[in-house]
Amino acid sequence: MNDFPFLSILTLLPLVGAIAVAFIPRAKAELAKTVAFVWSLVVLVLSVFMWIAFQVDGDRFQFRESYAWIPSWDARFTFAADGIALVMLMLIAILFPVVILASWNDVEKTNRSAPVYFSLLLAFEFTMIGVFAAADVFLFYVFFEVMLIPMYFIIGSFGGPRRQYAAVKFFLYSLVGGLFMLAAVIGLWVVGGNTFDWAKLAEAAGSIDQNTARWLFLGFFVAFAIKAPFFPFHTWLPDAGGAAPAGAAALLVGVMDKVGTFGILRYCLSLFPEASRWFAPAALVLGVIGIIYAALLAVGQNDLKRLVSYTSIAHFGFIGIGIFAFTSQAGTGSVLYMVNHGLATGLLFIVVGMFVARRGSNLISDFGGAGKLVPVLAGVFFFAGLASLALPGTAPFISEFLVLIGTFTVHPAYAVVATAGIILAAAYVLWMVQRTTQGTLNPALAEVPEMKKDITLREKVVVAPLILLIILLGFYPKPVTDVINPAVQATMQDVNVEDPGPTAVVANERVAR
Amino acid sequence: MEDLKLPGIDYGALLPMLILFGAACVGILIEVFTPRRTRHPIQLGLGLVAIVAAFVAVVVQHSTRKITIGGAVAIDGPTVFLQGAILVLGLVSLMLIGERSVERGGPFVSQAAITVGSQKDLKQAGDQPGMTEVYPLTLFALGGMMLFVAANDLLTMFIALEVFSLPLYLLCALARRRRLLSQEAALKYFLLGSYASAFFLFGVALVYGFAGGISLGQVHDAVVNPQRSQILLYAGLAMIAIGLLFKAALAPFHVWTPDVYQGAPTPVTALMAAVTKVAAFGALLRILYVAFDGVRWDFQPVLGAIAVLTMLVGAVLAVTQTDMKRLLAYSSVANAGYLLVGVLALNEEGLSGTMFYLVAYGFSVLAAFGMVTLVRDADGEATHLARWAGLGRKSPLFAATFTFILLAFAGIPLTSGFTSKFAVFGAAVEGGQTWLVIFGVVTSMLLAFPYLRVVVMLWLSEPGESTPTVSIPGFLTSAALVIGVAATFALGVVPAPLIDLTRDAAQFVR
Repeated sequence: MNDFPFLSILTLLPLVGAIAVAFIPRAKAELAKTVAFVWSLVVLVLSVFMWIAFQVDGDRFQFRESYAWIPSWDARFTFAADGIALVMLMLIAILFPVVILASWNDVEKTNRSAPVYFSLLLAFEFTMIGVFAAADVFLFYVFFEVMLIPMYFIIGSFGGPRRQYAAVKFFLYSLVGGLFMLAAVIGLWVVGGNTFDWAKLAEAAGSIDQNTARWLFLGFFVAFAIKAPFFPFHTWLPDAGGAAPAGAAALLVGVMDKVGTFGILRYCLSLFPEASRWFAPAALVLGVIGIIYAALLAVGQNDLKRLVSYTSIAHFGFIGIGIFAFTSQAGTGSVLYMVNHGLATGLLFIVVGMFVARRGSNLISDFGGAGKLVPVLAGVFFFAGLASLALPGTAPFISEFLVLIGTFTVHPAYAVVATAGIILAAAYVLWMVQRTTQGTLNPALAEVPEMKKDITLREKVVVAPLILLIILLGFYPKPVTDVINPAVQATMQDVNVEDPGPTAVVANERVAR
Repeated sequence: MEDLKLPGIDYGALLPMLILFGAACVGILIEVFTPRRTRHPIQLGLGLVAIVAAFVAVVVQHSTRKITIGGAVAIDGPTVFLQGAILVLGLVSLMLIGERSVERGGPFVSQAAITVGSQKDLKQAGDQPGMTEVYPLTLFALGGMMLFVAANDLLTMFIALEVFSLPLYLLCALARRRRLLSQEAALKYFLLGSYASAFFLFGVALVYGFAGGISLGQVHDAVVNPQRSQILLYAGLAMIAIGLLFKAALAPFHVWTPDVYQGAPTPVTALMAAVTKVAAFGALLRILYVAFDGVRWDFQPVLGAIAVLTMLVGAVLAVTQTDMKRLLAYSSVANAGYLLVGVLALNEEGLSGTMFYLVAYGFSVLAAFGMVTLVRDADGEATHLARWAGLGRKSPLFAATFTFILLAFAGIPLTSGFTSKFAVFGAAVEGGQTWLVIFGVVTSMLLAFPYLRVVVMLWLSEPGESTPTVSIPGFLTSAALVIGVAATFALGVVPAPLIDLTRDAAQFVR
């Protein structure tokens, strides 16, 4: 079964879909939406098969495929997935149909072409799958840069009032990060023996001059920190998240930002272990600052989408400290958090989008007492908020708990400060929910006819799978952690390759793969 | 008196150049003997056939490695590759030059001598068919460029420099519209170009004094084993370099670029941006790699500083431009800086990377200028940036194609711009010039901004009252655009064949 070329087909499918949808005439909007939705379901089905075919106790990298591309640079179309990549691919496959369904009526209001929008969404899915499936540094870089383009046009053409500013800021920030990474990729190619093959580079990792490795590490890290985004590289996200259509914003923080943390795990830690350890204290400090700072700013926001963007920066602080704590527990927590954050914040963005679509405004002050008009939607909103603040019983709780406990064993001080972030999370989420849906009914709100419509069937279909998954993984995360664990342990061993004793044996096994 | 003996001549190796020069001479006769109405198709056909024939001759000669006509011309890997590049890019430029359907009578003036603004001038701007002398001029220019990259001694190189420069000066002056701007551009180009030629010639004299010979091999030997004062060498190298840096539009010798690019008829601008760059860098590569290789430690930092300056000047000034042609001109200055980074790697990867970059950039820039010719209003081309606002709404296909080319200039993957940047930067890091690459990356970030501004302009701005229309391109322009865009995409997605070709070609003979 594993000889089946899962990853290349999974990567190409959305691209084919994007091209097909782009050629649907503008007048046939419904057809375009349906095709895009069905197409994303096909991708989902294929990735479920891949999930089943993945052998939890098998090799670290499975579904490996490799095709020649630029022989003289030794750049190849190499695809392979470890547990971390697999869960991210699964998250993508789940979120895209949900978002496509959630964005069903978003385009009509903007007087823009629906086929273009849904084609861009599928093109974005193509770049997302590619970036997680790539196991060749050059190929990864290509997808890393190309993914900017569909998102740039989604924000710039279909976003809110400040869309131009947000789109350009988003593109420039990401491009600057990408060019730092380009310099590092070139440097890595030269010092790593003129190859882009991830496996060969990871083997050569120990032999790179440490000073050079630190510079190369920083090149990669800056790119990923901007993408993630970590404090102080985060300022583009509130603008982009605030301006993007709600569905695209859910993808932005739910999927695309994960490329940053995924890149740190796969490329920074494994290719530059010594430099990662050297940089870890600084990264931990940045993570903790990010948690507190972004949470404080979130409390003060008056714009729903910007608020959710800030919460997500705070959550990325947790993911960051979990990665750089260098324990398997915290690492597993981080990867699990990447999945859960995608589900919870994705849900929160989608629900916020439903509110915004009804009210025609992002401002919290334009709501107030909305729960009296749309009780079910307000309930879903409340649930999404609770999941986002990591209430026990929801999936994010487990990951946050793992991160904190794993960090506490090695860096108790950071864990203690980070815990303050949980309290702030409760503050911003509960206050947001209170100001939006509770209390006395805002009279202006009651006059908006749209606000009288409670959650529709389509919207129920959108939120149901996410709610189910959040609860399911909240009580029984084992299927996911089983997949993540071996990959995280292998990554942690990469970081400690110079340790004597048992890890060296395991490291040899990895090399033998 | 000693008998004069002709050196052995390998006509086969020289055939491509002979074809072009011959066709150019025939073109002049056509001007004399055929009626005016029929000249355009005949000249255009002759030009296209000559270039294709010359290209075939180059391909036939592809494995030749020799020095012929008494050491004046070297046919080796880089020569064959660069001559092929000049011909292919020249063919595409000629298609743009030959386009007559976008504008009535074509982009060229019908009688250059008529006073600007007079009644006659207004009349000829209307519908009279354009000059057909442009075809022989173009062929002479292309032939001169082919000789330029093949020249194996400094005097031949100087002659080639003049052979291709003089037709270019003339071509710049022949725009049908905005004739004052065009004439001013030609004058500026001519004056500055003459200075540059003079520097070059003086440099040749000094180097002759140093080496006792003008062939690149003799210079090389003298550099390795100096017999005379090295002051002659350094002064001579510096002056020769000035001449070449001028042609390649490297700072601080780039000041002519924006004015000339803006003033020249757009198809000629395309020719200069794509093909002249190939010629100028081809000669620079040969001079530095073949003749002055022995003093690389002395010129590497100086030229490195020039590369940095060029990248900075090009990127920073591109940000401030309000005219599309000037923006592309500054972007081509910045690209010359990246090319110089590849040249300064001074290894085989640098040579092959630079050649790859020249071809990739040539195709993109041809497509870009080709598209500039299509955006027009009643007064001709509308090149002011503000006028392009909202074109994406009116002409989505055009705007999408232009966006793609801009992404290539910005170096986004899956375009040739990315692969070529990667090739030269990788070579430079390998050659120990990491600092240049760092500057290259920093300026790439700066340079992304103007491109992005144009993209925003095209797609995200509302179309205004004065938004010009996009003309339906004629067959020739369409073909040129398709070739340029397809090459930009293909060299980004499957660059391996061309990279292998440049690698095989990356060996000079001495």
